[in-house]
Amino acid sequence: MLKIACTLLILTLAQWTSALAQEVPHAFTGAKIIPVEGEPIEAGTLLVEAGVIKALGPAGKVAIPATAKRFDLKGKVVIPGLICTHSHIGGIGGGDGSGPVQPDVRIYDSLNVRDSGFRRAVAGGLTALNIMPGSGHLLSGQTVYVKLRGSKTIEGLCLRDKDGRILGGMKMANGTNSQRAAPFPGTRSKSAALMRAEFIRAGEYRDKLAAALDDPEKKPPRDLRLEGLVEVLEGRRVVHHHTHRHDDIMTVLRLSREFGFRVVLHHVSEGWMVAEEIARAKVPCSIILVDSPGGKLEAVNLVFKTGGILEKAGVLTAFHTDDWITDSRLFLRMAGLGVRGGMSREAGLEALTLAGAKMLDLDKRIGSLKVGKDADFVILNGDPLSVYTKVLETWVEGRKVFDRGDPDDLLHAVGGYGAGVDQDPYHCCFGEEGGGR
Amino acid sequence: MRRALSALLLVFLAATSASAQLAVRGKKIYTMAGPVVEDGVVIIREGKVAAIGRAADVAIPAGFKVLEAAVVTPGLIDARSVVGLAGYFNHKHDQDQLERSSPMQPELRAVDSYNTREALIEWVRGYGVTTLHTGHAPGELISGQTMIVKTTGNTVEDAVMVPTAGISLTLGPGSLRGGGQSPGTRGKQMSMLRARLLEAKSYLKSLEPREKKPAKAGEEEKNTPPVNLGLAALASVLRKEVPLLITAHRAQDIASALRLKKEFDFRMILDGGAEAYLLIDELKKAGVPVIIHPSMARFNGALQNASFETAARLKKAGLKVAMQSGYESYVPKTRVVLFEAAVAAANGLGFESALELITTSAAGILGISDRVGSLAVGKDGDLALFDGDPFEYTTHCVGTIIEGRLVSEISR
Repeated sequence: MLKIACTLLILTLAQWTSALAQEVPHAFTGAKIIPVEGEPIEAGTLLVEAGVIKALGPAGKVAIPATAKRFDLKGKVVIPGLICTHSHIGGIGGGDGSGPVQPDVRIYDSLNVRDSGFRRAVAGGLTALNIMPGSGHLLSGQTVYVKLRGSKTIEGLCLRDKDGRILGGMKMANGTNSQRAAPFPGTRSKSAALMRAEFIRAGEYRDKLAAALDDPEKKPPRDLRLEGLVEVLEGRRVVHHHTHRHDDIMTVLRLSREFGFRVVLHHVSEGWMVAEEIARAKVPCSIILVDSPGGKLEAVNLVFKTGGILEKAGVLTAFHTDDWITDSRLFLRMAGLGVRGGMSREAGLEALTLAGAKMLDLDKRIGSLKVGKDADFVILNGDPLSVYTKVLETWVEGRKVFDRGDPDDLLHAVGGYGAGVDQDPYHCCFGEEGGGR
Repeated sequence: MRRALSALLLVFLAATSASAQLAVRGKKIYTMAGPVVEDGVVIIREGKVAAIGRAADVAIPAGFKVLEAAVVTPGLIDARSVVGLAGYFNHKHDQDQLERSSPMQPELRAVDSYNTREALIEWVRGYGVTTLHTGHAPGELISGQTMIVKTTGNTVEDAVMVPTAGISLTLGPGSLRGGGQSPGTRGKQMSMLRARLLEAKSYLKSLEPREKKPAKAGEEEKNTPPVNLGLAALASVLRKEVPLLITAHRAQDIASALRLKKEFDFRMILDGGAEAYLLIDELKKAGVPVIIHPSMARFNGALQNASFETAARLKKAGLKVAMQSGYESYVPKTRVVLFEAAVAAANGLGFESALELITTSAAGILGISDRVGSLAVGKDGDLALFDGDPFEYTTHCVGTIIEGRLVSEISR
């Protein structure tokens, strides 16, 4: 009994101290602030309180409370926390190989929060991720949207809606990755046919559920696979669709039209060939630029100009790391290469932040520096698109989760002996703020 | 008739090389053989650098084509690649970088697998790469030979600079075999290598009498071994004519490579070297240069302790270091050595030292400094042209020149 009381007391205290820590406003002054939504502010002030952005503006226009903890960022650059719409970190593996369609599988049941990839992600300025199973299936499972806020459990990382439901999308793929020996499809036509059959079954299941209203007697038995697909049909789960070749892209658009599911196209190597069609369908693209074309047949026409072409066509475009395909620590580089290929600087930065937030239905909370949004931001020592620029600090919900000045964080930022093994979750810097270790 | 044709051909050749007389003006020219030349010019005649200096001092001869760029560097050298043997489709028909039939095949020549029309060659050439050290990949204990080529040429004979530049050897997990096949452990790797090198030693010894005193006609076969291509290749290593290019990442595997070198006394180049920062003194003492893994190589498996700063640490310690695009089995199918050096530049190395990794240092380690790696009178007219700092993400390579010919002019 005493033990339980003690535990309760400790729990209450822990909550109280951590809440208290967040109550102290933080004022970041002097940096060039690039809010992504709105014009850059030279020598701006960012005021953060209780994990959200309280105020933002030029020096002198933001009233700093007397109690605020001040941070002098003169000469630095502040941008919103980076959002990766397609990541595979967390030691999740390639996926179960028993069948091509697995809407029942939740990626967060496979995730190791101590994977060193999380430490590297915050070192790259990432603050929110869509972690997805692989592309070796037509439908490999449910994805999860996480905040890199540092937690010992996956539950602590998940983003939730106001009802506490864990947020995520559904990962699908077409083209060559998901073509394998039976029961996997052997052709593109078969791939589409298998998925159509699945969605038709899911539609029937949804109708039965609707007909039963709230009568448990009439409800069909629970079916985890169909439940997942119903969420897709109802638009509660966005489809994140791996697709490279121009004809595969058109197949995704065709299926999306037929079944009415919401979709984000991922990779989109040949998107530049059908940019007008993508724009007309009002479907966003999350793209990746890698250092050479090929490596597989569907990526031989990959070019750096894709971002610029999609931007001009009016397509909402984000970047992703596809980590381990590219390293989360170098995510800023993606925008650099996009601009090299013809994208505007503004669209390049938006593609690392706000565009991704929109694709994850999270733009009300994250993706730009705006009053009321989560205080997720990155402090840089220079131009975000320069190779020489370093991520100095990464902040999530008003707390510092990466500090290049901390030797252990630096080890993960640049690598070195011991960096590759499983790590403690990164509440390295929470101590000074009142929580963590 | 034949003579007439030859004469015609000669005239034709002369005409084409005459059209290749080229001058390149650069706001900044990094010659890598001296200080940066501001507002300079490079004159290329008959494929060689004929003059270099400030534009005010060096006159451009009449009739020379003139190109201009913000920044000019020597043509870039990729010190370790598999491009040309490995193709971008990544299907069986274009993957000749790794022969799996046996763990030790030093006789496999790179020239016999190089596809001059491979799209990835054109790709890296577009980023200023003019010289490639390419060939058999890491992945078998002894996977085969490497060679040095220019990134142009209709046939491998046109492209090749050094037909046998090294023999590729892999220590550690990269060349372990499963299913009860050898080598199944690190210990077995070393015993297999030592046995084969001892065999090569005997083979070399058995050749000596024949070489000292050439046999008369009809006597050749007496007391001499039958030709063994594999042992002949390793004999060239023991004679120090060809280096062993040893791929090793973990400090333990690098130490094994040094142990092997000590026993058999060959020229060694360390390839990869993810944990080389743990053995700096040992590498220095052994005089081993390092072709470091790509900065952006995936930091997992044997590279789990890799660091963006290794190139900087090794170079500052006085080791000879070059950068490579490496070996990729998936996407991207090749890295671009310019981008890899850029990340090294930003992680402790700085601009000029990083440029050395892909120019002078690479040429030095590969033994081709007499021709490439820096811009000086008499050297090959190989240049890379940029519209800004070559390492910046947003800069473009606007031209690549090989032996006085503009071989890429797409802005990339």
